[in-house]
Order: sequence, then structure tokens, then C-alpha cells
Amino acid sequence: MELISPSDIAKEKVFSVQEYCLLAASSIKALFQRPRYFRDILQQCDLIGVGSLPIVILTGFFTGFVFALQSANTLQRFGSLSLIGQLVSLSMVRELGPVLTGLMVAGRNASGIASELGSMKVTEQIDAMRALGTDPLKKLIAPRVVATVFMLFFLTIISDLMGLTGGMVVAKVLLRLDLHQYWTTAWESLVMDDIIMGLIKPPIFGFLIATVGCYYGMNSRGGTQGVGRATTQAVVAASVLILLTDAVITRVLMITFAGYR
Amino acid sequence: MVTAAPQQPAAVAESPATHAIVFENVSIAFEENQVLDSISFHLAPGETKALFGVAGAGKSIILKLALGLIQPDAGRIWVLGEEVSALPEEDLFELRRRIGMVFQESALFDSLTVRENVAFRLLEEGGASSEEIERRVREALRFVELEHTLDLFPGELSGGMRRRVAIARAMITQPEVLLYDSPTGGLDPVTSTTIIELLVKQRDVYNSSSLLVTHRLQDAFTMASHNFDRSENQMRPLPPGSRGQVSMSFLILRDGKVIFDGNAHELARCPDEYIREYIS
Repeated sequence: MELISPSDIAKEKVFSVQEYCLLAASSIKALFQRPRYFRDILQQCDLIGVGSLPIVILTGFFTGFVFALQSANTLQRFGSLSLIGQLVSLSMVRELGPVLTGLMVAGRNASGIASELGSMKVTEQIDAMRALGTDPLKKLIAPRVVATVFMLFFLTIISDLMGLTGGMVVAKVLLRLDLHQYWTTAWESLVMDDIIMGLIKPPIFGFLIATVGCYYGMNSRGGTQGVGRATTQAVVAASVLILLTDAVITRVLMITFAGYR
Repeated sequence: MVTAAPQQPAAVAESPATHAIVFENVSIAFEENQVLDSISFHLAPGETKALFGVAGAGKSIILKLALGLIQPDAGRIWVLGEEVSALPEEDLFELRRRIGMVFQESALFDSLTVRENVAFRLLEEGGASSEEIERRVREALRFVELEHTLDLFPGELSGGMRRRVAIARAMITQPEVLLYDSPTGGLDPVTSTTIIELLVKQRDVYNSSSLLVTHRLQDAFTMASHNFDRSENQMRPLPPGSRGQVSMSFLILRDGKVIFDGNAHELARCPDEYIREYIS
């Protein structure tokens, strides 16, 4: 087996980051250039957004459900079981909703985008599109980026709501708490900063999911095996980037919102 | 003009605007492998040039360079008077709309029907009504005798049918230049003849310039010795005295260089041993 020098590996990684940044920047630029493919955007919104709805609803519901279940024991020890609505609400809206929805959509759509574009790449369909005078950046990448950014925002809101509903089921059925109290504490504990923090993240995650999927798809090589590799790499890279970006954004927003709890 | 050894064609000294395609000292390498080494040739308007060479000689690369899908390491390329090697990708899209390309494996969009594949360019350009698009799609598919496949997906077609759909897609806007990448590769002799007949028909009906990459000498010789009879809607052999009337030339690549660039008569008389062995 041929050994590759560490400097070559480092160069390759830096080159990949550079290529990814160029693709991400070009995808933003393509949004402001003609032609604009509204039909493709709508189609992708359906595939990415509506298609991800079942998994996002299930993930949100059971995250809120289990979170309430796990927290109930600790809260009961301190006689604060009534705060369960507040705990579920803050956790879901600020952190769990955006991150888990992002990870679910990354698993489903970064892979989907990478495999679709990868298959097109290895069968020369991307070259054929360029040969026919159509820019794949505008026709394939920009609609996927717009659709993922737009739909992840709404999917996160749905996920938050489903998380609160899951917590409500635990509060009512298992803990015999008052529903009105649950929703009041859940609602009143939220301030605008929480909502902003929770809703700034999804568009950024959406951009990362779509551009990472497109990058790996457009750079697929080596036939079906290469497409499979690109798909796996896209999911791993998108998931890691979501977690990394989440940590950075959370810290930055905490500093930005002075006096944040 | 016959090139028995690597040299620059005289045409390059003329204005590139007078030719459909001009390659001037073009070189390209992939990692350590020098695929094309300072090659020059030109394609006159209305001419068909067949490119030959062993596998990996860089024939398909020439087509991709002409389309600007890849850029050369050195040298200059003009297509329809525009310098492809100097244009940014954004401007190349405009030029590519005047060129048709048939890819080696057809490269049809597998999630679109035959109708959508053939109509792709018209839909992208916009401006045509749906009735007009339908009419032109049917006309293009009738040209390749596949009108009945309108609603099928590429996966439901045979290899030969896919090539014919790819030809229909490439020619629907009647481009000035057509690039064919091994259109008969891997096909049976009967289907290959059908494809070559379509190429002759395209050449004689629309008078387009074309570059044809092929491994089959007989395909190029058939094109050089036949024309399309519109009244009988079929290919006919030319009478022996009139074979020079077809604007057809042959270009042979070896080790990244052009070792021959001339017509069928010059090829048959070429003394170069490698070429004689190649055509025998």
C-alpha cells in the first residue's frame, strides 16, 4: 500500500475546505442571478420539507416525551414538578428542537442530495447539463439550498411544538399534572431571546446541510462505490458541522444577548 | 492537408472566426499523464472530422475542451469565433447553446422522460409555447425514428435507442456544431449503421460542422462515401467520381500528438507505418 505524506493529506484537506467554501459562496451568488428556478425550488421544498415531516414530528414528540419523563424524577425530588413545562419548553426551543431537527434532516437529505447529484456526476449528466447551456449551480444547487434553509426553519417550529406536546402527554397521563399549568409555565418561561436563539440556528443548519450534500455529490468519483462514499461522508460532515456550529452560535448568542440566563 | 508528423496546421494562421473550431497548440495533462501535447487542428464550417486514436489517446478530452467543460493547461481554443479557453464559465453557457453534444453513454437525465430530455434545451431557453415545444420535440424524435418513445424513461430504452434520443436532444435547436463521442460504441452493427445514417442525415440536411470520436474506421469511411437522399429518406453511396464532394476529414492521435490530419484519399495513401497498420 502506498504511503501518503502528512503534508499531502493536509493539503488535500485544505483544498477540500477551499472548494467547499467556493461552492457555498457560489450558491449564494446564484440566488441573485437569473434564471431562477422557482418550480425546482417548490419541488425541493416538497421533497425536503414535506418529505421530512414524519421523521421530524416523531423525533420532536419522543424527544419531548422522554425529556419530560427523565426530568420528572429529579424535579419531584426538589418538589418542583410543576416546572416541567418550563424545562421542556426552554430545552426544546433553545437547543433540542433546532439541533435534533437539523440532525434528522441532515441524515435524510444531505445523503439524498449527495447521492442524487453524485449519480448525475458519475453518469455525466452534470456535464450534459452544462453542455446544454444550463448552469448546474443555478438549476441543481441553488434550489436545494433555498428549500433546505426555508423548510428547516418551519420544520424546527413544528418539532418544538411536537416536543412540547410529548412533554404534555407525560405531564397529563403519567404525572397527573394540570394541563393549563403545563402550558402556562411552558409559554411564560419563554422570552424573545430564547425564540431568536432557537430560530437563528435552523437556517444556518439548513445552509450547511444543503451545501455539504451538494459539495460531496458534485465531487463524487469512482462509480456507484464513489457515490456511496460521498453519501456517507455528506451525512457525517453535515452532522459534525451542525454540532460544531451549534456550540459556536450558542456561545456567540449568549454573549450577544447580555444578561442571558 | 496531410500531417504525417506533429505540426501546426496552416489554418491556425488564419482568423479563427473563419472556422467552426480551432485548436492551437493545446496541451493538457492529468497528474503525470500528458494526454494532449501541443496539438493544433481546425474544423471548417460544414466539415465533419473523425477523431481516431487508441483508448486514452485524448479523443473525448478534445470534445470536452471544445465545449469548455475542461480547460487546457496551455494553448488556445476557438469555437464559432469565440475563444473558449479564455471565456469565464458564465459566458460559456451562451456559446454552448450553439453546440450540440452526444455523450459516450448518452448522459440522458434518468429522472426525466424522453419528451422532457429532448425538450430540455427549449424549456431552459424559454420563449417557446408548449405547443411549439411539443411540435419540435416530435420533429426531433421523428428524425431519429423514436416518436413512439415520448413518455418512456431512459432506463426503459435499449442502448441504441438512448443514443438516438441523445442525438435528438443535441440537434433539437439545430446547433451549428455537433460533437459526437463514440456514438456507435458498444452497439451492434445494424444499430451502428442506423446511428451513422442519422449522422449523415444531420450533416446533409442541416449542413452542421461536427467532430466525431470513434474507434470504428468503417463508420467514418461510410460517412465519407455516402450522402443522404432526402427524397427516399435514406443514406446512399456516392458515385465513385464524386466522393471528394463530402467535406469529411480524419485526424489520428498518438502519444498526445496529431500524427495525421487529412481526407480519406490522403489517409489511404499515407506512408506512415503506424497509420497503415491502424487502418488495415
